[in-house]
Amino acid sequence: MLKSIAAAIRRLSLTIVAIVAVTIVQPVLAADIDGTIQLLTTDGYSDTIEAIGQLSTSGHPRALAIVQALSDGKLQFSDSAKKVYIDTGAGLVDAATGDAVATPPADVSDVRQNNRVRGVVQAALGALSLFNPDPQKRREAAEAVFKSRDENALPAIDASLAKETVPEVATALKIARAAIVLFKSDAAEADRVVAAQAIQVAGTQDAVALLRSLPADAPKTVVNTAQASAKTIENNLALWSTAQNAWYGLSLGSVLLLAAIGLAITFGVMGIINMAHGEMVMLGAYVTFMVQEVIRNHFPSLFDLSLPIAIPLAFIVSGLVGVAIERTVIRWLYGRPLDTLLATWGISLALQQLVRTTFGANNREVGSPSWMSGSFQLGQLSITWGRMWIIVFALVVFAGLILILKKTPLGLQMRAVTQNRSMASAMGIPTPWIDALTFGLGCGIAGIAGVALSQIDNVSPNLGQGYIIDSFMVVVFGGVGNLWGTLVGAMTLGIVNKFLEPVAGAVLGKILVLVAIILFIQKRPRGLFALKGRAVEA
Amino acid sequence: MSWLKSIASSAAVAAALAGAAMTVSVANAEDTIKVGVLHSLSGTMAISETTLKDTILFMIDEQNKKGGVLGKKLEAVVVDPASNWPLFAEKARELIQKDKVAVVFGCWTSVSRKSVLPVFKELNSILFYPVQYEGEESERNVFYTGAAPNQQAIPAVDYLMSKDGGEVKRWVLAGTDYVYPRTTNKILEAYLKAKGVAPEDIMINYTPFGHSDWQSIVADIKKFGSAGKKTAVVSTINGDANVPFYKELGNQGIKATDIPVVAFSVGEEELAGLDAKPLVGHLAAWNYFESIKNPANSEFIKKWQEYTKNPKRTTNDPMEASVIGFSAWVKAVEKAGTTDPDKVIDTLPGIETPNLTGGIAKVLPNHHITKPVFIGEIKADGQFDVVWKTKDLVPGAAWSAYLEGSKDLVADWVTLKCGNYNSVTKKCGG
Repeated sequence: MLKSIAAAIRRLSLTIVAIVAVTIVQPVLAADIDGTIQLLTTDGYSDTIEAIGQLSTSGHPRALAIVQALSDGKLQFSDSAKKVYIDTGAGLVDAATGDAVATPPADVSDVRQNNRVRGVVQAALGALSLFNPDPQKRREAAEAVFKSRDENALPAIDASLAKETVPEVATALKIARAAIVLFKSDAAEADRVVAAQAIQVAGTQDAVALLRSLPADAPKTVVNTAQASAKTIENNLALWSTAQNAWYGLSLGSVLLLAAIGLAITFGVMGIINMAHGEMVMLGAYVTFMVQEVIRNHFPSLFDLSLPIAIPLAFIVSGLVGVAIERTVIRWLYGRPLDTLLATWGISLALQQLVRTTFGANNREVGSPSWMSGSFQLGQLSITWGRMWIIVFALVVFAGLILILKKTPLGLQMRAVTQNRSMASAMGIPTPWIDALTFGLGCGIAGIAGVALSQIDNVSPNLGQGYIIDSFMVVVFGGVGNLWGTLVGAMTLGIVNKFLEPVAGAVLGKILVLVAIILFIQKRPRGLFALKGRAVEA
Repeated sequence: MSWLKSIASSAAVAAALAGAAMTVSVANAEDTIKVGVLHSLSGTMAISETTLKDTILFMIDEQNKKGGVLGKKLEAVVVDPASNWPLFAEKARELIQKDKVAVVFGCWTSVSRKSVLPVFKELNSILFYPVQYEGEESERNVFYTGAAPNQQAIPAVDYLMSKDGGEVKRWVLAGTDYVYPRTTNKILEAYLKAKGVAPEDIMINYTPFGHSDWQSIVADIKKFGSAGKKTAVVSTINGDANVPFYKELGNQGIKATDIPVVAFSVGEEELAGLDAKPLVGHLAAWNYFESIKNPANSEFIKKWQEYTKNPKRTTNDPMEASVIGFSAWVKAVEKAGTTDPDKVIDTLPGIETPNLTGGIAKVLPNHHITKPVFIGEIKADGQFDVVWKTKDLVPGAAWSAYLEGSKDLVADWVTLKCGNYNSVTKKCGG
């Protein structure tokens, strides 16, 4: 009897405990996120980090939304109401509940972040979005976990890995898992060694960094395997870095080609030392800026087309300015190179100051259309779309120019006039106008170059100055009067520069290239591809 | 005897009146005090210096509304040295000799300052120099209202070494190839080594002015940063080359959370011309940010935007330094009761004037001033969010305590009357 009473009491007390537990647990869960929310309203970085940690392990349905909002800079808080809100663009919603807030308090301000907070946010976001339906998002999540090596994410990684069907994402998940295990001090030594080998698959600079940052107190076998893995990746990367330098060289070469190709016409074909060439490039860049301004203000949907629209306009503007300069100044100075040099130098200063007074001395913002932003991966090479399109563009412009010179009547007349003026004149070619048009063509092409350069350089009145010396160098090196020489010259200089830069540094690299060219010109005064024939001797 | 007294006092009044009348007539003949403005309005440096010219004109305008200085109106004499260093010296001479200015506000680059130094010494005039610079200099005729290295570079490195800054262990010192970055990096290198950083954890890189192709250098930095230690870049890259540099960082996927860049020459003005979104989280160290909330700052920004009639016009650190220099000069002239350069130079040390961030800028005997140091993170709108600041004002040090040959030098124009007094040999002259 006593026994059964005791048992009943025990059972009762157990139930009570259970009930109490349930009733306590319930508010505790709710209070948990409440406490987290409170932490977000203190405007302190450490509290914010603490809050993110709590959110990512809370399993609360709103956790992902809150962390995502923080990552997007859309999380706001009110000190007076002790509440946190998400700015949806259309109005505020309560971060904890997701309900719209009709009248937000007056003191709403952004939850502030520094780099430490941002790092934690990225890691938490990774752990929280491992189950996102979008494979791209899952892959990014895996990469975030790889960087954070957050041990708490291990169960989620395992669960995600078990049902992952996309091979690339699975690989990323495996690497992320290996990264966690490698750094987990209580994991079995054999597991950690396997993990250190598994990371080798990643093959990136980040993987090297990770393997190298293993604490020194880790078991010796683990450290050694990690070092060996890092070494293997580095050897592999060294090969890629040659390819990378070659690519950077081509990219620099294409920029040089664009800048120099107009000069190859005015200086190379016509023999005019045009110091205002850089300013034609600058004008093209400013045309791009103006086109984008108009599009931004009136037709925002056309923004991706701003560069194709700017190209013909830049050609026309710079070309017309070129024709005007030729008609008013240069034509009086043919055959007097020194005077031409000084006059065009003056024109260049005047144009710079004109632009400075019209647009202001500050840099102007020229945006990149979406098809020129971002990059793609080729093995271990990261190739940016912007650079890629500039190379393509430079080659297209080059081919177009060759076609104009070789296949059109205008090109024929241009070549005739530059090769033998009096004979061309005798054949009825209006030589003064052909001079003006040729000069205009060279300047117009410089304008087109400006459209491309606006994507990689500052659009400021000084834009052109940075390219004038390089342009002359390319044309002289390649061979005056030969377009193919300009192409080969530009690419050679670009590649040599980029292979020298890592070894000698940017400043010394430039000097070495300059000295090499001077020596080369001593040996071959007419450049790589010298013109031959009577016209040259004359 | 009271009648005697009253006669005496009325005589005194009469004399005073006569005297006043005389000064008035003198003032009429020369009723303005001329203030020289020596900033480039054309050429490469116009991008930065034009704003400082406008700032001084704005300050003069404000001062004249308050009745000028010593009962006289101020008159600005603006010249354009066109970013041409020798022309700076020529224009300085013209300002002092021909226009007879009482003081000159000007210069940006160190090379332009060095070029005008002999002129100011020879003609004994005053120059206020408002830009952060490499230190290692203290001249009797120059007052440095910008930051010395210990007021910008050293605190920035301290921040990065702290927990909030990410406990950086590996350092890239990247700069444009001229005197300011080279000297600053020399000081930083010595400082880092003194803090126990191994030489192989420091990478130093110089690039030419206006460098625009950063692909391989950024790839190098990325490689350097993957040695398993937290890495940061300390950038003394000159204004214009910064935009392609940051763009390339974005292209190669280096975020501020991976490798933060702390810059000493990127301010609101430079960010105004580019899309700041890829830069979010990168840092800048200055003694002033436009975004600092403070009544003095809000009022200044409001008046400045009214004066320039541009509601979007930004303010920046060298502007604040110009403002401080100008107010300090006005106070010194009022205290000395004259614009005579010798008297003003002697009066200036000890003058205190409020800065725009709620502190007091005090002119020190070494002709530098006290400043707070702020670290700001770039926000998506091109403004800075202050994430750290020094507890107290930092007094500017002319000579770095971390460089051989410079750490024994003392600059003191009040008691020692010397800009480079060697405390070991007890001699003036280095």
